[in-house]
Parts: sequence; C-alpha cells; structure tokens
Amino acid sequence: MATKTILKVKNIKVNVSSNGHEVPKSRLDVRKTYKLYIDGKFPRTESGRVVALKDASGKLIANVCRGSRKDLRDSIVSNRKAQEGWAKKSAYNKAQILYRIAETLEGRRAQFIDTLVQQGDSSVNAKKEVDAAIDLLVYYAGWSDKYIQVFSSVNPVESSHFNFSYHEPMGVVSVVAPLQQGLMGMVSLLAPMIIGGNVCTLLASEKYPLTAVDFGEVLNASDVPGGVVNILTGYRKEFLSHASSHMDINAILFADLDTEQKKLVQINAALNVKRVLDFSKEDIQSPYRILAAQETKTTWHPIGS
Amino acid sequence: MKKAVKVKPLNFSTSWSYAPAPEGTEHVQLKDRYELFINGKFVAPAGGKYFDTINPATEKKIASVAEAGATDVDKAVKAARQAYDKTWSKMPAAERGKYLYRIARILQEKARELAVIESMDGGKPIRESRDIDVPLAAAHFFYYAGWADKLDYAFPGKRSQPLGVAGQIIPWNFPLLMAAWKIAPALACGNTIVLKPAETTPLTALKLAEILQEADLPPGVVNIITGAGATGAALVNHPGIDKVAFTGSTDVGKLIQKALAGTDKKYTLELGGKAANIIFEDAAIDQAVEGIINGIFFNQGHVCCAGSRLFVQEGVAKEVIRKLKDRISTLIVGDPLDKNTDVGAINSKAQLSKIKTLVNAGIKEGGECWQPDCNVPAKGYWFRPTLFMNVAQSHRIVQEEIFGPVLAIQTFRTLEEVVEKANNTPYGLSGGVWTDKGAKIFNVTGKIKAGVLWANTYNKFDPTSPFGGYKESGMGREGGLHGLMPYVKLS
Repeated sequence: MATKTILKVKNIKVNVSSNGHEVPKSRLDVRKTYKLYIDGKFPRTESGRVVALKDASGKLIANVCRGSRKDLRDSIVSNRKAQEGWAKKSAYNKAQILYRIAETLEGRRAQFIDTLVQQGDSSVNAKKEVDAAIDLLVYYAGWSDKYIQVFSSVNPVESSHFNFSYHEPMGVVSVVAPLQQGLMGMVSLLAPMIIGGNVCTLLASEKYPLTAVDFGEVLNASDVPGGVVNILTGYRKEFLSHASSHMDINAILFADLDTEQKKLVQINAALNVKRVLDFSKEDIQSPYRILAAQETKTTWHPIGS
Repeated sequence: MKKAVKVKPLNFSTSWSYAPAPEGTEHVQLKDRYELFINGKFVAPAGGKYFDTINPATEKKIASVAEAGATDVDKAVKAARQAYDKTWSKMPAAERGKYLYRIARILQEKARELAVIESMDGGKPIRESRDIDVPLAAAHFFYYAGWADKLDYAFPGKRSQPLGVAGQIIPWNFPLLMAAWKIAPALACGNTIVLKPAETTPLTALKLAEILQEADLPPGVVNIITGAGATGAALVNHPGIDKVAFTGSTDVGKLIQKALAGTDKKYTLELGGKAANIIFEDAAIDQAVEGIINGIFFNQGHVCCAGSRLFVQEGVAKEVIRKLKDRISTLIVGDPLDKNTDVGAINSKAQLSKIKTLVNAGIKEGGECWQPDCNVPAKGYWFRPTLFMNVAQSHRIVQEEIFGPVLAIQTFRTLEEVVEKANNTPYGLSGGVWTDKGAKIFNVTGKIKAGVLWANTYNKFDPTSPFGGYKESGMGREGGLHGLMPYVKLS
C-alpha cells in the first residue's frame, strides 16, 4: 500500500493514500483502474497492454492503457457517428454543455489538483492550472453562439442572389495533447474544437495520462454526448503515425510537436488532404482557434427578379 | 391515370444553319517568342530552352515560350524578395491598392484582345472568355484593390501582416482569371509573387505581365515564369518562398502538401471536384436543364467545380433526360472564336486522351453512353458533349474527376438518399440544388459537404464570393473577405 505521510487527527491514525485522500490506517485504499474513454464508455485497450506510470522517485503510480491502432480506429468510428448530431445541436445548447464541463470540473477541483501533484506538479502550479482551465472552458462556452456572427459574411455579388458564407466544422479532429500542462494543454485544444461542432480523439500527454482519463469522467458527467471527445492514452510516437495516416480524420491538431514529429504528420496528412493545425503560436484565448478548424461554406440563394 | 403522351423527338436537321461569326483577331498583338518576366523585365531563360504553345482548335503553334529552370526560379524568387523588402512591404497600403485599381482598369481596356488570346490559347468559346473570364479577372483586381488599406477591418481583434513571397501555380482552365484570383489578394495583403501559369496556356499571363509593366508596378513585385511540372516543383521547393498557392488536380495537390512537410511554408490548395447537381421534382425543369448544361459543358467541362454528377428525382427523370438530350443536340461544338460556339476545343491532346480513357472505362463498366451526332472539325482536339446513364456509385465515371464534357446521370427517390449519394465522394468542392422550395434549398445545401453551393443556378462566380473546397478538394478560400486570410499572418 502506497502511503506518504501518517497524520494524527483527533486520535485516529490516518494514512494519505496514493491519490491524496485520507483513509483510516486500518483501511486498504481502493486504487483506480485507468482506462480509455471511447464513445461515452470506459473500455480497456483492446491490446491488453499497459504502460507503468511512475513518479520522480520511480515508484509506480498506475498502470495506464497503452492504446493501440485498433483503439484509434474504434475511436474514429465513434467520432464519425457522433459528429453530425453534435454539430447540429443548437449553439446555445453547446454553450451550456461546455459551461457544464466547467461546473463539473469546479466541483472536482481538489481531485484534479491532487492528481496533477501526484504526476509531478507543485501544488501552487496545479491550483493555478485547474482554475485557468475552468475559466478557459467558460471563455469558449461564450463563443458558441458568437463566432459565426463574427466571421460569417453576406457577399454582395453582382447577380440576383443572396450569397452568404458561414462556417461548418471540419469534422473529426485528432488532437495531440501537449506533454506539459496536463489539464490546461488538453483543454486549450479541445474546447475550441468541440465548441465549433468538431469531435475529437485526444491522445493524452504521456506525462499526465491520469488527468486526461479523469477529464473523460468529467465529460461523461457533463452531458457531452458519447463520441464527441474520446480519450486514448499511450505512446505519442505510435499514435502520431496512425492518426496522421487515418483516412477518416479531417484534421490533426497539436501544439508541441518537434520538427521530426511535425514532418511525419505533414507527410501523412497529404494522403487525404488532412488539415494540419499547429497551435504552438496561437493565443490560448482566441476565437481564431475555433476558426482554424472550420470550413467556409458559401451558398448562392436565388432572390428572384 | 394519366394517359402517356407520346412526345415527338425534336428535329434539328433543318435547312437552317448558323453562318460563321468569328471574332476578329487583327487587333491581337502576339510575339513569336515570349521570355520570362522577372524583376520587371522580359529575360531569356538561363537554359535557353523554349516550348511551343499551340492552338488546340487548329493544332497550330501560336508562339514559343521560355521554359524556366531552377536558376530562373531562383532569380525570380530573389527578385520577389528584394521587391518585398525594399518596395512593396514599405509602401503605404493605399498606394498598393491604387496599383491594383490601375491593373483592373487596363484589363478592362484590353478586354477584347485578352479574350481572343484566351480562346486561341486554351480553346474556350469566345462567348465565355469575353463575358466571364476577362471581366471577372478585372473585377477581382478591382475588388481586392479596395481591401489593401482596409485590412484592419477584416480580422477582428488582430493586426495582419503579409507573409512575404508567394509562389503561385495556376491551371490551364481559366488562365487569366486564375492569375487574377491568385495575384490580386496576395498583392492587396502586401505580398510579392512568383507566378507559374500552366504550360498549355501561358499567353494571357504573359500579356498580363505587359499590363503590369504598363501599370508601372515596381519591378519584382510580380514575376511570371513559364514552364511545366518541373518548373512548378522548383518553385514549391525553393527555400525563399513563404507561401504556396496551388490550383490544380488533387493528385498534384497531395504531392505539394507532402513536399511542404517539414517546412514553415503556408499553403492553400484548390483541387479537384466531382460535384453533385441535384434536380428535385418541384424544380422549374426547363431552367434546371439550362443549369445542367451550364454546370457540365461550361468551358468544355474543364472546371473543377463542374456539376459532373447529375442526380434527378425519379418522377421527373424521363422528362429531364429527354429535354437534356434535345438541348444538347442544339449545342454548337466548334471554332472557339466563333461567337455562336457553345462548346470549344479540348485544351490539349493529353487531356483529350484522359477523357477518352475514362469514357471508355464508363462504357466497359456497363454505363449507357449517349452523344449528339454533331459535327466536329477535322483538325484540333474535340469531344462531343456526353451523357452516361445507368451508372452506379462505384463506376469510375461517377467517382473520378474527368475534367471534360461528360455527365454521369443517376436518379434518387428521397432527399436523405440524394444527400448521402452526393456526399459519397472524397471531394467536396461544390454542388447544385434545383427546387422551387426555399426551405429545401437551405436544408439540402446545409447537408452537402462542399465549399460552394448553388441553388437554382450553377457555375456562378463573383470576386466577393469565397471559393474553395472541403475534404480532398483542397483547403483555404479564394475570393471575398475570406480570401484574404491565406495571405496574412495575424498578431
């Protein structure tokens, strides 16, 4: 049993367990099995493989699923099924669901701080990060029914047509969570995607897989329909080549790939003219993050003469 | 039950025929040989190589044109960089705009000459080059001229800056118009340019180079280098460019996307298409038939957004196909310079053989092929307007872009069915919907995954209207406010 400190509270001896919670000394803590999050469910990887996540001292924190190519394929099938329904939800509804994610996360603030600390963050930074992630979700929730107003246009064409351009989501986006900033990195990529009607398969940070899986639970508890965000854990190296060459993914989004990784993704993306979205230099808070994963549709509607 | 009315087929073989009405060519000024336009001057290619550009309607050579090699590409890119650093990026935006206005005006002044050259070099009917290509090219310059000093209003909350040097590669189907689509927004945003026109249709771009000289555009701001695929590859791979804008086939687009992997070059791709043109039972049928004709036979079908897959609702399928055949039988195929011509020459021998290959594949796969028995000239590259019926989703002529006057016809029963069929393609450039109901227009256009949707019309273009595809039809938009985005970086 992994214990850190023994505290004395009101004469009852308690342990602090591996996930930071106090448990009576006599009680064996219940460890959590970290699984994937696909289609609103929490399956184990079909491959049966795990990666041992260890802390700085080399002690085992958890066995994390090492997601496979098959997991990715399953995930994309589920994404594709969910995409139209999600995009069709009203902007107001999507805004409320994103806001709901923020509410749920706020309620689990302590859990997320604990887990970040467990994976190596200082508690000061962990607190700051969780707060910032919650606020960022609220920020993007607010854009839901506004970005189309800001970026759409009515085009004064010469003929007798009402011509207008507005935005539609690209569709299925595979998202590579940044290695650093276990919660914020992930949320700053996911929020602008899903608020724009896209659906995502996220590869969790190798450093913070627990936070990603916990975030799946938050999504699951916040009325986000299954398949809108799927979360895989595993090795980035494996995921990158599979996700970039998958023929039913419309775009691939990342923020911290190195030159070699980026090149690999860009080469494979050409297979089906995938959009390659690099947010490494994009402002964290910006409607242009939403716009980056949108297609522009232009319609010529007759107005008669 | 309604009594079936037997409709007599229309008879067009009357003694009436159109007298030839060729557009004059005496006002056209063409040189025997064209050099590369680099740094404001026409210069000979370093390799000393030239290729012929021929008239596809006569197979006669019009002029020899310089072939740019790697050295020339390098020279052009350096000229563009120097012009960017020293002149264009430092010039007040309003002055940039005034140059664009000037170019627009000269294009209008020389419209007739440009239209004739366009039809000679590319084979398109003079009616189209005169009424569409050239006026739209001028309109594009005029539209983007006004954006040059108003960019702060285009990107809310951001400041825009030019990218630097843009390498632009354009196709042979709308040579001058595509040059305008590429050059106008790039210059308005403050970039400088190296442009490569297609090897079968370089002449109007070279005439445009003369117009740029006449407009006193500072040397190096636009460089125009001619050549084929190797020249284009040298441009794409040149380390001195910041941006690639390509219009052409999906295959080449993918090669370019791959070639740019590992670089910081931005790119926009406007690629192929296989658009669905959907006719509902409640459509105005005669109007729809005109729209189908315009959708597929405009510019001999050499149009990336051509309505090459026709979907007709079952109840009107017979009527539509009958009227379509009647209408096609009246189309005049022949001399592109004749003002009565509806369908001109196929752009090149290579394109003609590609069309034939796919049509033969269509026949082999069991499609029912129909062509009018119109005469075509003995010399030159011609292909009769062609219909295919009884085809399946899996047939090559339904899946592959033919880029010729060939229409594949399928029928459907329900809206859901046709939407699914329309979207069942890797492409997503455009689509058409014909119905009398406004709500149905919004419903269907909302469901088709494509960048441009026409309702009760087809193949309409306007400088204010963004154009570009979903999926494998490319990325980025050209035209309109959204056409500025590919040429700026925001901060």
